[in-house]
Amino acid sequence: MGDLMEPFRSHRGLIATLDRANVDTDQIIPKQFLKSIARTGFGPHLFQDWRYLPDGASNPDFPLNAERFRGASILVVRTNFGCGSSREHAVWAIQQDGFRAVIAPWQQRGDTRIPGFADIFRNNSLKNALLTVELAEAEVEEIFQMVDRYTGLEATVDLDRQRVTLHLSEELAFHFEIDPAVKARLIHGLDDIGLSLRHEASITTFESTHDPQLSSPAPARRVGPGEFGVR
Amino acid sequence: MAKTLFEKIWDRHVVTTLSGPADGVAPPVAGQAGGTTLLYIDRHLVHEVTSPQAFEGLRLSGRKVRRPELTVATMDHNVPTDEALTIRDPISKAQIDALTANCREFGITLYDLASERRGIVHIIGPELGLTLPGTTIVCGDSHTSTHGAFGTLAFGIGTSEVEHVLATQCLLQARPKTFSVEFTGRPKPPVGAKDLILKLIGMIGTAGGTGYVLEYGGEAIRSLSMEGRMTVCNMSIEAGARAGMVAPDDTTFQYLAQPGRPFAPQGEPFERALAFWRTLPSDPGARFDRTLTINAAETAPQVTWGTSPGMVVDVTDRVPEPDQVPGYARKDVERTLAYMGLTPGTPMTEIAVNAVFIGSCTNARIEDLREAAGIFEGRRVAAGVRVLVVPGSQQVRRQAEAEGLDAVFRAAGCEWRQSGCSMCLGMNPDQLAPGERCASTSNRNFEGRQGKGGRTHLVSPQMAAAAAIAGHFVDIRTWAT
Repeated sequence: MGDLMEPFRSHRGLIATLDRANVDTDQIIPKQFLKSIARTGFGPHLFQDWRYLPDGASNPDFPLNAERFRGASILVVRTNFGCGSSREHAVWAIQQDGFRAVIAPWQQRGDTRIPGFADIFRNNSLKNALLTVELAEAEVEEIFQMVDRYTGLEATVDLDRQRVTLHLSEELAFHFEIDPAVKARLIHGLDDIGLSLRHEASITTFESTHDPQLSSPAPARRVGPGEFGVR
Repeated sequence: MAKTLFEKIWDRHVVTTLSGPADGVAPPVAGQAGGTTLLYIDRHLVHEVTSPQAFEGLRLSGRKVRRPELTVATMDHNVPTDEALTIRDPISKAQIDALTANCREFGITLYDLASERRGIVHIIGPELGLTLPGTTIVCGDSHTSTHGAFGTLAFGIGTSEVEHVLATQCLLQARPKTFSVEFTGRPKPPVGAKDLILKLIGMIGTAGGTGYVLEYGGEAIRSLSMEGRMTVCNMSIEAGARAGMVAPDDTTFQYLAQPGRPFAPQGEPFERALAFWRTLPSDPGARFDRTLTINAAETAPQVTWGTSPGMVVDVTDRVPEPDQVPGYARKDVERTLAYMGLTPGTPMTEIAVNAVFIGSCTNARIEDLREAAGIFEGRRVAAGVRVLVVPGSQQVRRQAEAEGLDAVFRAAGCEWRQSGCSMCLGMNPDQLAPGERCASTSNRNFEGRQGKGGRTHLVSPQMAAAAAIAGHFVDIRTWAT
């Protein structure tokens, strides 16, 4: 985490589809796996309660268990993916199960723009170089249909050119938008903390005039039983 | 220029804006929100679940916690709620021990299991006076939005961002848009804060607030206590918004001036802070990117029927037909109804419950317990229903006991527990069994949230208490035992 992040420029891989909207992070990685103090080991538990039957066997009714999706590295889903809890374990689980990118549609509903991804999930993904790609609803629908039709369909997610290309006999490509600052960080594999620390002088200057706690007492003075403070 | 509450707080926390080749980032594009702002964080709250990998990251990179005195930790998600506080699960124990070790190593104030002031992080923050108007608060927990009730910019972050704040006391953020939600009129008791926020989520959906900071206003919000405002702000994230806020007013200032808030400014600093806080409310004519008005006076008690907080109806309604749920695809609704074991057309008041959970950072403050106790007083829980009452903090627990509320709960047949997150997410042994149906005062009705196979219906504390007694949901406006 403190290290330089793995860069993301372009990735080609097999597409898997999960035709569900509002998939929350409790489904992506259930609570019992959040007790780990490690950053690894989450992959086998991705979608745990959907993926396995009560006896631990693979659930044949769960779409991602299909043989044709084995080895997939691009996940295509419906709107508002990753809603709910802030658990970054959800991103780790998706990555550790082999995915490099997730594609979801945004949708216009009345005067509301329903995004492809929930905010905290998208943030967490981009911090880990799991690329979240938002496309228009009709474009994602087209991907779903093509995947249904062609077993083994692959795509290239090209961050540099902001393009998703389906490798059909006649290539089908979709443009996507991404915050230019986020794009640059991903392409260069820049570590956010290192980047922010380049501005340490600015932080120190800011702190010289900013009173974060409005002259409140410091915690060290208020330490009771079962509590300990700044040494 | 007229500014919103959010803009006033954001602007006073901008350290710098990253742009140009030196930062490896392109300059902000015209028309795109904000570029990348380095935003200062005034208070960082830490708990055991989302922090261990962040501390490990600091160790691996040889970094320190920049401002340990602005960081406060507690343990809440994994903690047991039985009297003996027995942690049977060794993995839970290891996570709790890791937090203790990390706080010692990095010099962070910790309220551990032995502390009389411990509790759910979003409940103890305000209690201790850590939550102050005009400041920024983050925590590795999506319900950090709770603190917005004080006119605080508060939002949840992931573990990478926890590490970022520990190391820099800042976050890289894109500026969110603003969304004003005006609740006109006053809710008619027993309709309250929980019903207002569920109503909003039902209207705009669980992604309707994504990318926005919500500002709640109107007569209904002004008339709410701080507890009620915290309930509303708490569930902002269930509408997709990372943060929700209420402008500070005399209700806020009276709360902050109460004794026993060691971290709030005292004496002369309080007076100076007060003068600052009075400048925070949105200026007349300040522009929001989006606005919505909801009639609070006509809001009915709300009950969720599905596995998303947006799947909610008035208690007088019925379980909907799969093709009649705005914003949800038919097949998703069919899956949900199968999971919930519900038949379309069933009146909500005919749905029987096996379990009731009164607790969580949404509804486990003293006022919530008083309201629930008011329903339980002199009544008995229906046969076959188990009821867990879990106060939000040890302080709430002591206060409730001083008022005799624990005796009311026990006499009615409820279990009275120690504080913690408990059955809101079931990381500790407080869980639903498969198929069990629960009236819950918590915030999420996701599949398996309260226990694998468990079925959750989100309601207010009074609605939960009444369901415990009747054995099924009732319209508390007309219900008489």
